[in-house]
Parts: sequence; C-alpha cells; structure tokens
Amino acid sequence: MSNARHIISVLLENEAGALSRVAGLFSARGYNIESLTVAPTDDPSLSRMTLVTAGSEDIIEQIKKQLNKLIDTVKLLDLSEGPHIEREMMMIKLRAQKGDREELKRLADIFRAKIIDVTDTSYVVELTGTSTKLDAFIDAVRDGLIVEVVRSGPTGITRGEKGLTL
Amino acid sequence: MELTGAEIVVQALMDEGVQYVFGYPGGAVLHIYDALFRQDKVKHILVRHEQGAAHAADGYARATGKCGVCLVTSGPGATNAVTGIATAYMDSIPMVVLTGQVSTPVIGSDAFQEVDTVGITRPCVKHNFLVKDVRLIAETIKKAFFIASSGRPGPVVVDIPKDVTDPNVKIPYHYPREIRMRSYSPAQKGHLGQIKKAVDAMLEAKRPVFYTGGGVVLGEGSAFLRELVKATGFPITSTLMGLGAYPMSDRQFLGMLGMHGTYEANMAMHETDMLIAVGVRFDDRVTGKIEHFCPHATIIHIDVDPSSISKTVRVDIPIVGPVSSVLTDMVRLVKEHRRVPDGDALASWWAQIEDWRGMNCLRYDRTSDRIKPQLAVETLHEVTGGDLYLTSDVGQHQMFAAQFYPFDKPRRWINSGGLGTMGFGLPAAMGVQLAHPDAAVACISGEASILMCIQEMATCKQYSLPIKVVLLNNGYMGMVRQWQEFFYESRYSHSYVDALPDFVKLAESFGHAGMRIERPGDLEGAMREAFGMKDRFVFLDVVVDPMENVYPMIAAGKGHHEMHLSPERELA
Repeated sequence: MSNARHIISVLLENEAGALSRVAGLFSARGYNIESLTVAPTDDPSLSRMTLVTAGSEDIIEQIKKQLNKLIDTVKLLDLSEGPHIEREMMMIKLRAQKGDREELKRLADIFRAKIIDVTDTSYVVELTGTSTKLDAFIDAVRDGLIVEVVRSGPTGITRGEKGLTL
Repeated sequence: MELTGAEIVVQALMDEGVQYVFGYPGGAVLHIYDALFRQDKVKHILVRHEQGAAHAADGYARATGKCGVCLVTSGPGATNAVTGIATAYMDSIPMVVLTGQVSTPVIGSDAFQEVDTVGITRPCVKHNFLVKDVRLIAETIKKAFFIASSGRPGPVVVDIPKDVTDPNVKIPYHYPREIRMRSYSPAQKGHLGQIKKAVDAMLEAKRPVFYTGGGVVLGEGSAFLRELVKATGFPITSTLMGLGAYPMSDRQFLGMLGMHGTYEANMAMHETDMLIAVGVRFDDRVTGKIEHFCPHATIIHIDVDPSSISKTVRVDIPIVGPVSSVLTDMVRLVKEHRRVPDGDALASWWAQIEDWRGMNCLRYDRTSDRIKPQLAVETLHEVTGGDLYLTSDVGQHQMFAAQFYPFDKPRRWINSGGLGTMGFGLPAAMGVQLAHPDAAVACISGEASILMCIQEMATCKQYSLPIKVVLLNNGYMGMVRQWQEFFYESRYSHSYVDALPDFVKLAESFGHAGMRIERPGDLEGAMREAFGMKDRFVFLDVVVDPMENVYPMIAAGKGHHEMHLSPERELA
C-alpha cells in the first residue's frame, strides 16, 4: 500500500498540554510525523495545528480518529482530501563570499525569495512556498554554501469560501 | 456559599453523588483531607497503598456502572496509582482520580514529592487536568465526571496543587448542573441507515455468530443483547470482558472465545459468514493472527468509539453509537422485518456447532487425588449458587474462572483484561463489597498475584469487608510456567514462587480467618463453611495441582482453527 503524504489541520482548545497530547499520541502509537506547527488563531481560545504525516490509508484513517478522540480536539480536516493551498516558510543562511554573491542574489530572485540580512560574508534568504519549492531552492544552492536552514513546517488552508472554523 | 478550594473539592464530590472515595493522605492533599474530616456524606476508605485505591475505585465502578473515585497525594502517591489508572484505561472504566500536586509557585522546581502527574498519566487516561486556579475546581471536577462516564468511559485525572486548596482563600461555590464541551460530544445514537443495512445482512446469513465484549456491560446493553440473540436464534460468544452480559449457562452461548476460548466458540469464529461484533475491540488475545481471523465473514461492528472501528480488522458495516440504543433499534427492526433468518441454514449451522461442542474441550481429570483448579472453580460455582461477584487477579486462575464459572448477569465478573494487572483482584473486591454490602463477593487469585496487593487485607479488616479469597495455590506463576513449558522447553526461569508465607497465619495476623485445603474431598465443605461466615473475611488457601495447564490454547500468532486441546488430544 502506498504511503501518501497527508496534511491534517486541527483546531485545538488553546490549553496547556494540548500540543503534548498530540505529540504523545504519535509517539505512543508509532505514527510517523514529518512536521507539526501550531499557533493561536483569531479566536484566542483556539489553536490551529497543521501536521504532516504519511501512511497507508488505514493508518491515516486511524490517525484522524485518534486525533478526533483527544478531548482537546475541536475540529479536524484532512486538507489532502480536497483542493488546498500549502505554504511553508524557510530562512536559510548562506555563505556569500565575493564570488558567490551575485549568483546567490540571482537564485533568490528566480525563486522570488527575499534577502533579509546581509553581511560582508553572508546572506539570510527568506522563502515561502510549498515544501517541494523549498527543497528545490536548497538543491539549487551550490554545495558548501549553506550555513543554516530553518523551516517552519508546512501550514495549509482549503481553497474556496468554506473554512475550518467553528 | 463561600468555600475554600479543599471544601469545594469535597462539596463537588457530594454534589456528584459520590458515595465512596478510596484514598491515602499525604502532604499535598492535607487541606482536602481536613475538609473530608469535617463532613460525613462522602465516605473515605483508607487503603494501604495507592495502587489499591485505584483498583478499589475501579472495582466499585465495574460493579455499579457509576464512576469510581480515588484521592492520592502528589509524587509517589500519584505514581503508585498509575498502574491502577492504566488498568482502568485499558478496560474503559469510568474513574475520577484526584491527585495532590506541589504548590503552583514551586511546580517545575523538583520540589519534595513533585512529579509531572499530568505528563506521567497522559498516555493512560481518557483526559487529565491540572487545576491552577481555585475558581476552576468545581467546573473541572464536573468536566472530569462527565468525560469519565460518557461515551467510551475511562479514567480522568484531576491534579490539584496544594495552594489551590488553601484554607485561607474562600470563593463563592457553584457546581454546574450540566456541562457542554464544544470539543467533546460522544455519539448518542447509531446511524439508522447503517443499522438497517446491518439487520438486512444479518438475516441473509447462513452461519452467523455474535461476538460481544466489555462494551455491552459498560453500555448497559445486556438486556437488549439477550433480546436480539433470542429474536434471531444465532449463537453467541463473548470476550473475557463481556462474560455475563449474555447468560453463560444458556444453550445459545458458546463460551468465551480467543486464546483460551472454547473449541466451539473459536471454530464458529473461523467458519462464520456473518460476524456481529458488539462492544469489542478485536484485541490480539481474541483475534489470534489477523490474517487468519474470520476468513469467510462479513463483519458488522457496533461501538461507541469510532477509533475502535477498523483499527486492527477492517469491518464491512460499522455502526458508531451506544450499544444499548443500537441494539434496541436492531431488536425492533428484526421483529418488524419481513425476512426471517434462514431456518434450514441455521439448523445445519447449529448442528455443526453441536458437533464441535461434543469435543467437550474443557474436560479435565476429575478423578485426580490432587485438587484440580477447574474443580475448585466448579465447586465455587456450586457453593455460591452462581450468585456471586467474582473479582480476579491475572494468570491461570483467571482463565479457569472465566471457563468454569458461568456468569449469568453482567458486572459479576470483574477482572483486569486489557492491562492484565496482577494484584488487581483483592482491592477491586473491596470496591465491589462496599458497593454491594450484602452480596457474596470473592476474589479468585494465585499465590503470586495475591502478594502484589496483600496489604489491603488490613483495609478489609478496618472496614469489616467479608470478602472470600479463593487462592489457587500451585507454587508457580502458573501462566508463566505454562508458557515456559510450551515454548521454552520447560526451563522454569524464575516462575517458581519460593518461600511462600503461611497464608492461613498471614490472614489470621490481619485479623481474618484462614483455611488451607489440600484434598479434593475437603473442597466443598471448606467453601461452604467459608461462605457461611457472612461477616468475616476468609482466606481459602487451596493447594492445587502445580502442573495443570489452561486448555484450549491458541499460541500467539496462530488462528482460531489452530487450537491445542490438551497434550493427549492434539488436533490434526
């Protein structure tokens, strides 16, 4: 069976410990978790979590059921089931010595990235997009120039007027 | 009414109608204990170890259907209770566990008797709370009882720091009558379309069987199950946890299924074309190897917990809802239905089952001059007339009891099925006896299990609990020894319980009566004498054949059709 990648959005009660319940669930049941991001929403009593996981259809179904079973889970949506937009943000620190600076600047432009910090020897580049686009940027940077990569993990939202709200 | 945090805790228990709190005091709960002292509505039962408190509350819950309550202090109080909490969690028992915690300003500083109780218990509770504000105590306790006892029940821990129960801080008290939670709303009814589909399919079946479990007991579905089984005429088998939900002495009952289930039950599972699973979770001790599980069956599964559905075995017709309401709908639909079960098919199915039953798979040597454990259980049944609450520890004695004591009512067979906790039986029996003071309550145990919570004999003395302990003493951890005999060429590595106490003297030292029974001929008389002592705790040390094994047995990783019947009766 194929291990498809799923992006699951969860509205959680903004309670202390809610995050550890989710993390604990994944480790206790041996589900794999590629990334997890969480932050409060416009309603301060709710947090929104986006998690990326992969597994067979049966496993994904169990993951969703187990997440729903958590008392702190208010609502859940598997974004991968319909049209949706996925975005991840990355900040990447690059060694930018004289000879490389122009090429790196050009690469940033091609990817519509922004250089947000500059020193004589380095750039920090900010880039937003799907996870695969971020991967592509990393691949495009010449070996040995990457100092540090910071990625937020993907977040996502459905297309169209309907939303994951209460 | 203005109350302190500690008084609010106790008042909330009163408002919740709590009869008994099983607990053990300590620093972090002293304010609460002081509030308990100043009232007499909620009765506190002082156990001798926090594990006992949790099991006693659990036993009370299993025997009544009400939420069990226990109260322990921070740190070791809470960690000692964890085994009991996990036991309740695995068997979905409604329980509220109040734990003391160090004061909020010192949480996280490794203070005296501090542990992260919420963190430690998270994987073995339905939910837990840390109450950091006195104004949240009442509402949190209400939520705890609501969560613990609704939907698929389970234990809920409420961790209360000492300063939150400060006797110098009083606030107005209000206990919410009802509570609604936007993030928690268990199913109230099954989907009628699915139920109709299930009934249609059931009535088409040629070789149907009901497979029922603890969910029927927990969901008060017993009466409706009986009606449905009678209305259809189908055979029924049950898991360890569901025994008694359907009368075990009834002809349609095939006995328990699974690893130590009967031949007829397991063969029916293997050959069935229609499995009607009610309040079960397809546990590995029941299914055996999943690839061999019910190879010919369409599977209907009724459960209140959606995550139980298709967790290990993919089902064809899932119905999410409380078993009582779904079974009620099913009974009605079966009775209204134009179709009736296929009489001829059912008759030949029953003929096949009777053939299997004819194997008499539970037969044992009745002429032995040693007491066979099976005989001890059968005698217990005879002496008590079947009217008994029987708690159990874990091991061979548990399986023998499940096989040889036919329970005809739910909530009579009380054991740790999921977690398999040795030491459960005695403290659980205390909760059962308190819930039913006039009923006969016994704990069947082994000499290994009983020693794990033996200290609770003191609690039994303090509260005059006339429990009867039926100890099947074989000098081994019987089930461990059995596996070592089968799978480790009889290398009995550390399964021999050397240096056992004199249980008669031990019981007497706690102020109880004790008897040692060594000959089959003495069994009945001794048991009658013991159960005749209505107001005394009696410890029956029954010396049984040390080498007896539990049969039938399906080895781990085998299918239902691959049973061992006994050394002399291997199946082809």
